[in-house]
Amino acid sequence: MVYCSPWLTEQSFFKEDFTPAHADKFLFNLAPGIAMFVALITGAAIPWGGTLHLFGTDYALQIADLNIGILYISGVVSIGVYGIMLGGWASNNKFALLGAIRASSQMISYEIGMGIAIIAIVMMSGSLSLDEIVRQQAGFHWNIFYQPIGFLIFITCAFAECNRTPFDLPECEQELVGGYHTEYSSMKLGFFMFSEYVNMFISSALMASLYFGGYNMPFIDQLGLPQNVLTLLGTAFLFAKIFFFIFFFMWIRWTIPRFRYDQLMHLGWKVLMPLAIVNMLLTGGAILLKNGL
Amino acid sequence: MEILFYLLAIVAIASALGVVLSKNPVYSVLSLICTFFAIAAQYILLNAQFLAAVHIIVYAGAIMVLFLFVIMLLNLNILVETQRFTTARLTAAFTGGLLCLVLIAALRSAGDIKAANPANAKIGLIENLGMTLFNQYLLPFEVSSLLFLAAMVGAVVLAKKEIA
Amino acid sequence: MIPLDHYIYLSSILFAIGVTGVLMRRNMIVLFMCIELMLNASNLLLVALSQYHSDSAAQVFVFFVMLVAAAEAAVGLAILVMLYRNNPTTQIDVWNRLKN
Repeated sequence: MVYCSPWLTEQSFFKEDFTPAHADKFLFNLAPGIAMFVALITGAAIPWGGTLHLFGTDYALQIADLNIGILYISGVVSIGVYGIMLGGWASNNKFALLGAIRASSQMISYEIGMGIAIIAIVMMSGSLSLDEIVRQQAGFHWNIFYQPIGFLIFITCAFAECNRTPFDLPECEQELVGGYHTEYSSMKLGFFMFSEYVNMFISSALMASLYFGGYNMPFIDQLGLPQNVLTLLGTAFLFAKIFFFIFFFMWIRWTIPRFRYDQLMHLGWKVLMPLAIVNMLLTGGAILLKNGL
Repeated sequence: MEILFYLLAIVAIASALGVVLSKNPVYSVLSLICTFFAIAAQYILLNAQFLAAVHIIVYAGAIMVLFLFVIMLLNLNILVETQRFTTARLTAAFTGGLLCLVLIAALRSAGDIKAANPANAKIGLIENLGMTLFNQYLLPFEVSSLLFLAAMVGAVVLAKKEIA
Repeated sequence: MIPLDHYIYLSSILFAIGVTGVLMRRNMIVLFMCIELMLNASNLLLVALSQYHSDSAAQVFVFFVMLVAAAEAAVGLAILVMLYRNNPTTQIDVWNRLKN
């Protein structure tokens, strides 16, 4: 996909905005907005760092410490489907519709595996608050050491949720022209593209927070640094982790070819979901054993 | 708080009317999603945050996507709904309005409802709900999972193309 | 704190709108949606009462209502797809006989 790179996406500001004659105008304009809005509000529940102590007040580097943070994120992610579905449907183009149906069924299928993988984490930490989960990973108790299978499932599902290679079937140009955004041009296409990249960033942040200790860095407490420096360093570490995952996304993109659609569905329903359930059962068993039955 | 409640109530009622009155099923779905968001916001006002999140995930994230899928796959927006006679529609609207009136009048005449327990804002938190669900209502929970399984199998069997 | 009456009125109105939709419309999908609307009206009332009485049991019932609604939507839409395959229409009064 040539126009997929952020460089060219910037050109979308200067391109002609074209609406097909038989499109449903209202939904056609609404869909990119939904996609962008949903992608952006996910970040509200992610803890970007510890607390900053400035001028006698504590500032938590998190927009909203929801006690149901994970549910909030999975709810918002599940709404993200509407942008794609409405965009594809309102275009009144059979390729766009096919792309939209592919994209949304892919996203729904992989949401299940992702949700069950997260449940294992929730069982371990006993909290749905993302900040609490990150704080419990302080030191070097990162969840990746306890949940390697869960992380594998999560990252695979994250690739599918973001429609990235090898799961970018919704926009596979050999079969579908351009996928659900075939009819889109200019900034509306830009919104779809941007939302894809924002989703990538958010899912990298989620992976870093859930499995790689978020803003925690091992042994940093022993340096005896002041609180504010620690917080800023923690945020820097979180962003370093996020950039690593984005690099990983790009890396995979240039390495692995695209799946076939039936292989994609097979992977989602018959491999990842049972694996996630087994992982959840194993985690539950381990917790029971640890607590002495 | 009060203003928020009335605002959300107006949004909920207006979009519920949109579900009934819009010609295109896709717009009905969108109006219904709008209603669900208004209701979820009401849940948050009632301190039932967990329920609000589950409401969004289940209704907006799963059920309405299913509706949208069926509408798109069957391409139902092209079909024109044969209208009933105007009298029949009017009668329906009149009956509905009358039902609303009767419900409200009956509930009004019920008088003041006394709260059984003192107010507690922690009721909607996930800890309390989990304790109630897995202590008092464990059997219904297990039975409902069976219901889900049956529904899933039934849906697959029904929607599958028969192999000739 | 908003008085309980207001929630009762709101959910009654939503329920009545759902009933009106079932009576007025013929499109099966819209009928399903109106049923969902009615279920939601009752859910709202359950949550309001649960808050008012400080009893979490009502919120657990809301779970079960959601569950039944999800099962109903899945099976109902599957039936709709099956019927549509036999006769491509979603008008409810076409299907007034079970045998064809």
